[in-house]
Amino acid sequence: MAAHSTVSRDCEDQDKEYVGFATLPNQVHRKSVKKGFDFTLMVAGESGLGKSTLVNSLFLTDLYKDRKLLNAEERITQTVEITKHTVDIEEKGVKLKLTIVDTPGFGDAVNNTECWKSVADYIDQQFEQYFRDESGLNRKNIQDNRVHCCLYFISPFGHGLRPLDVEFMKALHEKVNIVPVLAKADTLTPLEVKKKKIKIREEIEQYGIKIYQFPDCDSDEDEEFKQQDQELKDSIPFAVIGSNTVVEAKGKRVRGRLYPWGIVEVENPAHCDFVKLRNMLVRTHMQDLKDVTRETHYENYRAHCIQSMTRMVVKERNRNKLTRESGTDFPIPTAPGVSDSETEKLIREKDEEVRQPPHTQTQEQECVTQECVDQECVMHDECVQESVQEECVMQEESVQEAEHCAELC
Amino acid sequence: MEEEKEVMEEMEVEIEDPLPCLSETDTQGIIKGRDLFGYVGIEAVLDQMRRKTMKAGFEFNIMVVGQSGLGKSTLVNTLFKSKVSRKSCTPNYEEKISKTVHLQSVSHIIEEKGVKMKLTVIDTPGFGDQINNENCWEPIVKYVNEQYEKYLKEELNVNRKRRIPDSRVHCCVYFLPATGHWLRPIDVEFMRRLGKIVSIVPVIAKADTLTLEERLEFKQRIRQDLQANGIRVYPQKEYDEDAEDRILNDKIRENIPFAVVGTDKEHQVNGNKVLGRKTKWGIIEVENVAHCEFAHLRDLLIRSHLQDLKDVTHNIHYETYRVKRLNESNANGLALSPLTLENGTLEKSEAESHL
Repeated sequence: MAAHSTVSRDCEDQDKEYVGFATLPNQVHRKSVKKGFDFTLMVAGESGLGKSTLVNSLFLTDLYKDRKLLNAEERITQTVEITKHTVDIEEKGVKLKLTIVDTPGFGDAVNNTECWKSVADYIDQQFEQYFRDESGLNRKNIQDNRVHCCLYFISPFGHGLRPLDVEFMKALHEKVNIVPVLAKADTLTPLEVKKKKIKIREEIEQYGIKIYQFPDCDSDEDEEFKQQDQELKDSIPFAVIGSNTVVEAKGKRVRGRLYPWGIVEVENPAHCDFVKLRNMLVRTHMQDLKDVTRETHYENYRAHCIQSMTRMVVKERNRNKLTRESGTDFPIPTAPGVSDSETEKLIREKDEEVRQPPHTQTQEQECVTQECVDQECVMHDECVQESVQEECVMQEESVQEAEHCAELC
Repeated sequence: MEEEKEVMEEMEVEIEDPLPCLSETDTQGIIKGRDLFGYVGIEAVLDQMRRKTMKAGFEFNIMVVGQSGLGKSTLVNTLFKSKVSRKSCTPNYEEKISKTVHLQSVSHIIEEKGVKMKLTVIDTPGFGDQINNENCWEPIVKYVNEQYEKYLKEELNVNRKRRIPDSRVHCCVYFLPATGHWLRPIDVEFMRRLGKIVSIVPVIAKADTLTLEERLEFKQRIRQDLQANGIRVYPQKEYDEDAEDRILNDKIRENIPFAVVGTDKEHQVNGNKVLGRKTKWGIIEVENVAHCEFAHLRDLLIRSHLQDLKDVTHNIHYETYRVKRLNESNANGLALSPLTLENGTLEKSEAESHL
């Protein structure tokens, strides 16, 4: 009897201590399902490496239904385009808005110098647009068009990375998550696949290319998960085969390619790494790809953008101080707390101006002036912080205020 | 072949006079073997020719062009069933993409059933591998013209050798990557320029990535592209000598470009040892016509059209070059002698090749 009562008391105690926020993941889950997810995937590589086929296979859709193949003359003058296809996919109540960004014309010309420039510009444009939206007043419905992942197709016909591959990846590795993929892997024997993967991994390291790194799994994960994770890391670049057709193999209908010498099954892990790639992209790492894009690539862009804007602003301000002109039009908000060596210099200069005739000032005045300088700094910071959230006009005023304050001191 | 014809004509003239009654049987004046009284032995000329050429041996120069990694060296080794390519001959060979196109030629003498052949394989590493591939075909055009020039100089010599060493490129095998789409601009540019001076045989390399349907579509599109750009590949329609040739060559032309797979490894299939590539889903047999068209390419290049390739190079491409050069020197008022050929004319031939 006694034992029973203690147990029940324990339960009651537990109830009292139970707050209930363990249900948060479920709440988040429910909200996300309602809202739906979005994901932007870019595919890049020379023509004829099976990009469109792979995208169709990955998401089991037919994004590229009516492709118009250009004839010879049109192709000679073709430049690199950026095309976007959006499709809404729903599975078990979860909605995914998938955007595929394609780069037709990449690497096809005789002279391919800087053909990656339009791709890099596109990615920057998406970042810039998001930056403006984020800094704007109405942030309810921001469209996130930032590219979350770039699948770069490496040709299986070469001996590893080509000069074009290296240049492309180096130009983009700090803007987007690059996942290298070994295309048309059905032209390689298993030994050749292994050798090529090792060679490509060596070259990626040799050239200092930062491809997307899978996050290390936590130490408390079970062995099977860790092993899978390690296998995944060892499979880069993924040797993939895509197919738009369903064939019959051993009595089953599978997605595959029919050759006179056998049938290649796309979803057979012994044949290619397609399943690994799909699992990585969709089932396990989609959220991480988005997070890395948001936290690393986008923040890098934003910091870089703001730094260059600040330098512009400070230069303008210096010019204004000399000419006593007001009304400089700052296009974009200035940055808080980023290493503004020039602003510091200005502040130091003012400091010195103030301190110049020390014998005329009393201690008190010194304190006052010091306070003023401090205040100015504080005000400057505050103003700048505020201005990040506000329009240009507001900042202009605050900057003028700061200058006015400086003049007062 | 020309010698043979001359000999035949002479012999016919001799026979006609002593036996005029036989001319009633044949209006054309050619007396067929079965009409002769005895065995004259005309066909023994063929034997004599054969013996002579076997002693002298054949020369064949084949150039392989294409991006690195398309299996050029492997294919050449498979074609001639011996390790004749640069890749196999250079010790410590490491595949590295070279910054410029430079040509390397490797010569071997291979023998089969008493017939000796001096085979020269000219490789073109660095072609099409850079980011900017403008004018990467120029070193190749220059090389081809230089070989013609060498032969021309020998021919114009006062004391010329009995057998002029023939280093002219008889055949250029151009490797197209199996993209399945169309000809790339670099392919068009190269074939347009080289098609005028050498016999090009385009092949689809590493074709084991194309299903049969894709292969057919790809080939059709390539043929359309070739026609649209006015590119003539071997066997050229204009050089068909008679109806028989035309029928044979038409069949070949319908199949161009050949989809090939090359390998030097052997595997066991149904108890036989075959050359093939082993994958998880099957073994691709290189010499099986149901799998790939390697056998057709080999037959074309070696078994049936090797002599024709040499003839086309000698009678057509070389003659075109020669006429052009002679006209140039005539226009300049210079007497065409080996000495004047050295100055300024190499540049002219280069300028010409910027077509």
